[in-house]
Amino acid sequence: MSRDVVVAGVGMHPWGKWGRNFVEYGRAAVADALEDSGLDWRDVEFVSGADTIRNGYPGFIAGATFAQAMGWTGVPVASSYAACASGATAMSVARDRIRAGACEIALVVGADTTPKGFFKPVEGADRFTDPDWLRFRLLGATNPTYFALYARRRMDLYGATDEDFAQVKVKNAKHGLANPRARYRKEVTIEEVLASPMVADPLRLLEICATSDGGAAVILMSLDEAERRGVADSLKVAAISTVTPTYPNTVLDLPEFATDSAAVSAAPELPYRAAISAAAYEEAGVGPDDIDLAEVYDLSTALELDWVESLGLCKEGEAEQLVRAGETSIGGRIPVNTSGGLSSFGEAIPAQALAQVCELTWQLRGQAGDRQVDGARVGITANQGLFGHGSSVILTR
Amino acid sequence: MVTADPPDDPSDGASTLRAVSSTDTAKPRVAAVEGWFTLEDPPHLLGTKCSACGTYFFPREDDWCRRPGCGSTDLVEVELSRTGKIWSYTDAQYQPPTPYVSPHEEFGSFAQAAVELAEEQLIVMGQVVEGVGVADLTTGQEVELVIEPLFEDDEAVHLVWKWKPVAS
Repeated sequence: MSRDVVVAGVGMHPWGKWGRNFVEYGRAAVADALEDSGLDWRDVEFVSGADTIRNGYPGFIAGATFAQAMGWTGVPVASSYAACASGATAMSVARDRIRAGACEIALVVGADTTPKGFFKPVEGADRFTDPDWLRFRLLGATNPTYFALYARRRMDLYGATDEDFAQVKVKNAKHGLANPRARYRKEVTIEEVLASPMVADPLRLLEICATSDGGAAVILMSLDEAERRGVADSLKVAAISTVTPTYPNTVLDLPEFATDSAAVSAAPELPYRAAISAAAYEEAGVGPDDIDLAEVYDLSTALELDWVESLGLCKEGEAEQLVRAGETSIGGRIPVNTSGGLSSFGEAIPAQALAQVCELTWQLRGQAGDRQVDGARVGITANQGLFGHGSSVILTR
Repeated sequence: MVTADPPDDPSDGASTLRAVSSTDTAKPRVAAVEGWFTLEDPPHLLGTKCSACGTYFFPREDDWCRRPGCGSTDLVEVELSRTGKIWSYTDAQYQPPTPYVSPHEEFGSFAQAAVELAEEQLIVMGQVVEGVGVADLTTGQEVELVIEPLFEDDEAVHLVWKWKPVAS
């Protein structure tokens, strides 16, 4: 029988672009999370770090880096890299350790400092065996290239328009206004979005998320420990999905050159993105109708629409209608990205999945201020790290 | 004003590169990556096929069939279908970061397409030939495989596969 694990505290450094040591952002987030959960650093019994791969060696061993930065206590650590899913993977490692009874209190932390402009492959010599290197060399395929392919599909299959995509940015910018930790806190109009330069047709500059510095931390406890300590407002971690694709993966995924072949094997019942949250729903014993809010990975405006459908929040092809009707805005039927999403934050890879969890936590506690979704009890996060890393967390009150 | 970061300016110590000239026949023309496509006329992408279960791989998988439950180590090289239908398309309006290398001194935007190969039942990405932009493309359009220069350096003209609309 598993022991319940709860989120007992969260902390986030604001997102921005300062070029400082990533450890600084993470440590600030840790300090906030410790205070939020009423802990001293020495109470932490396990550190699960989410790695950054663009900051040299300390980034590859984030668990130890942050343990050292907070002050060596001999605490066991683990470090995880799963691209955008790193935070969720690190969280699942910590959660499983608590469930196994090996500790009661775990810290999960991730932070990044990012370069300007496009993400590019990790520096080094030519790497002809690395698909992530080759796709830049042979195809000139950046991350926005893939987002744009998916966006064009929505236009061709569902009649999505430029205005539909722009509306997602408008919605998220409005949500971000009410988030003190967001990097961008300014409303934007559809006209402004459509006037921004085209990056990868049909996606424009304001429709593609920026790359940001940031740090986030989550304190997990066994429910028993949280009750012993009188932690008010802890939230149950009802599910964490870290599934990989099932062969054949017939959706072209970043950063691949091609799909798997469906010539001799039928495509799986659920495409990969939908399978990520399906695993979370099954573990939590809830369904899309139970969801009060969702934090999804709007790497581009159009991709948020794909995610809404992948989460089963509406039927395939209907996400544009939801946005047009205001259903995914705060106050609507199923608010999406109440935090402001990547539209308002930009992406700090190892911290981003944890930032999604922070937003759910504040919402379910009723601490989201002007972003509050009334009566929120069940929240879900979703993202996908390249090379097959699923990430979906469900929290319940 | 709400902005995202503009992509990096193109500049990567490109002193050994110059515009690819189609009349420069002195330099060897080589595949930009080995074993992924032929340089014949007409060219083909090279994939592999599992001798045990028949599934296809591109990029090539030479050692282990990745269809779960098969696990055969007997994979053979095959030429993939030369034509397919566009699954989706886009373009690059800013120069991608290294290791992308522009074929010309000044960057020019170019289109990319993901193409469905019917027999192999897979979708393969590729650049679209120079001079064909997104305005010329539609989903479902038939395209064929051609070879064009990717970039040129002191040693050679490096070639890559690209998709070209089939003349109607």
